[in-house]
Amino acid sequence: MTDTSHRPQTQEKDGPIAAFLRATELDPRLIGMVGALFMIWVGFHLYGVFVLGDGSFLTPRNLWNLSVQTASIGIMATGMVLVIITRNIDLSVGSIVGVTGMYMGLLQVEWLPQWLGLGHPAIWVVTVIFGIAMGALIGAFQGGLIAYLSIPSFIVTLGGLLIWRGVAFLASDGRTISPVDATFQLIGGGPFGAVGATGSWIVAAIAGAGVLWMIVNGRANRKLHGFPLRPVWAEVFMAALGLGLIIGATMVVNAYPWPKGILKQYYDALGQEVPADAFISHGYAYPVLILLVVAIGMTVLMTRTRFGRYVFAIGGNPEAAALSGINTRAMTVKIFALMGALAGLSGVIASARLNSATNALGDLDELYVIASAVVGGTSLAGGVGTIYGAIIGALVLVSLQTGMVLIGFGDGSYRKIVIGAALVLAVYLDILYRKRIK
Amino acid sequence: MSTSNRGTPLVELRDISIAFGGIKAVDHVSIDLYPGEVVGLLGHNGAGKSTLIKCLSGAYQADAGEILINGEKVTITNPRDARSQNIETIYQTLALADNLDAASNLFLGREIVNSMGFVDESRMEAETRKIMGRLNPNFRKFNVPVSALSGGQRQSVAIARAVYFNAKILIMDEPTAALGPHETQMVAELIQELKAQGIGIFLIEHDIHSVMKLCDRAAVMKNGQLVGTVKVDDVTDEDILGMIILGKKPAKAA
Repeated sequence: MTDTSHRPQTQEKDGPIAAFLRATELDPRLIGMVGALFMIWVGFHLYGVFVLGDGSFLTPRNLWNLSVQTASIGIMATGMVLVIITRNIDLSVGSIVGVTGMYMGLLQVEWLPQWLGLGHPAIWVVTVIFGIAMGALIGAFQGGLIAYLSIPSFIVTLGGLLIWRGVAFLASDGRTISPVDATFQLIGGGPFGAVGATGSWIVAAIAGAGVLWMIVNGRANRKLHGFPLRPVWAEVFMAALGLGLIIGATMVVNAYPWPKGILKQYYDALGQEVPADAFISHGYAYPVLILLVVAIGMTVLMTRTRFGRYVFAIGGNPEAAALSGINTRAMTVKIFALMGALAGLSGVIASARLNSATNALGDLDELYVIASAVVGGTSLAGGVGTIYGAIIGALVLVSLQTGMVLIGFGDGSYRKIVIGAALVLAVYLDILYRKRIK
Repeated sequence: MSTSNRGTPLVELRDISIAFGGIKAVDHVSIDLYPGEVVGLLGHNGAGKSTLIKCLSGAYQADAGEILINGEKVTITNPRDARSQNIETIYQTLALADNLDAASNLFLGREIVNSMGFVDESRMEAETRKIMGRLNPNFRKFNVPVSALSGGQRQSVAIARAVYFNAKILIMDEPTAALGPHETQMVAELIQELKAQGIGIFLIEHDIHSVMKLCDRAAVMKNGQLVGTVKVDDVTDEDILGMIILGKKPAKAA
């Protein structure tokens, strides 16, 4: 058999949809998730249009806020994917956000200014590094208990949920630490915590170049090894889709201008009058860019490195992974350390956005983070999950949450009911899907 | 195909013992293997065959005894040590990660990486296509998880994994248990081919006919102890059966 490399799959008779999916190699689950997200968005918007007389969901302002609100949960959800793939769970991430947020608050507000002086430019850097490192250490410690003492992750992190929340309270005697360092605060987003119109187009150009490079490079690589190529129209379609999404998102964030108060503040600082036609775009917020970088980094980690391979292998068959010479215990420690570091990073964003460290910081985040990963197709049975799925899952949950507020069901009970129902429904649909493809 | 049992054995397991919670799973067993030789390991379920062999493959660590490779004492504490001694194992369970494709399983723990340290997926797939073309030319399913493969296809992935990395010592734990007649024949041919290359093979097997056909020597275990090792040409099926069931070594082969 010499020509196996050129025609690996048996030809089946496909409908147009199946042929399309085969040619583009798009994951049907991804399409389903994006479709669901789109329906949620349009649904909330139309409810606003017809019932309230004002559709406010699909507006630049709301979508921009949505992106910022998704950042913190989305960053942690990417880490939770690894934890769940390896058949573990981490219930402590919300409390890690709380405890790292609290210590970062104390560090930058009460401790560092004594040594460096208030407003010193190094304060925010030291604080961010400290927060991420603290999260990683907590995660590594919990991972060590799970891997080397064989305590179930559910128990270790349930303990962590209580312990770190308690530690956060004791650290400040229950006080709220505020306001945070001025530069640190920008990491949380807001009018000044965004890159503006030009910056956003630069981001878009880099992202667009990345998409094109991936498509061209992928094709060259397949050619090199004699694998079947995607049809050219499918490559063009994927490029157009990628670029279209990037340009669309950039136009949306650039269409959301600074509010009047901020404009006045800005021009006052310049010693000028606010021009009548003043329009300054927000552009991509810093936390959204951080989420983007984390998402790319985690995707590369999971799909292009040995570490990622081992995560999937451990989830698929822990015994086989160990027999293949993978140090599964060390892997568990590393995965939980990574989860902790990402929770620390989320602590940075959450406390920066709030401009304070409070005892409620990150409260119940663990549930949203786990739900995001699961809604995004990560299987609790282990072995299956994607980073992009978890981020779309986070978007779905945050959309439901903010959408309920926008249409006037902001009181917590309705929100909880809807999100709870959505979680169960998403998992049920996933089960149906898996049964059907078998 | 005569194997002269002289010179230095490829592998020598000396006086291996291992106990689990007071139960002696392997009790002072010694066994050896020469290059180009197939040694069958027989015995009831629970006789200690798999446990003994796991001490060699690094899955378990013996409580007592030594392992010699080419006459030199080695320490094998984990599967990585075994692999670095060119010991490859095909486990009865196949030890495949069901959620990964054939190439990922074949290279699991030994991925090909490019100059930037990233896993070179295309090269791994190309290599997998090459070796599968040799072992199982009908194999086509390179881009699906191995959970979607038939028993025989899964088996060929597990075998490819052992063969690809230039094993000198191959351990096969019931390699044909899940296979149809055609595939069983393919495995038999493969064993002959590997033998001719000078690879030493430990074959754990229940089917006495396969043992008589494929093996040069047979070692029989019962209740964790070695009943005896015989040349298969010197004994009959009944003799081996007697060793397995009664634990008695036939007089003439002693």
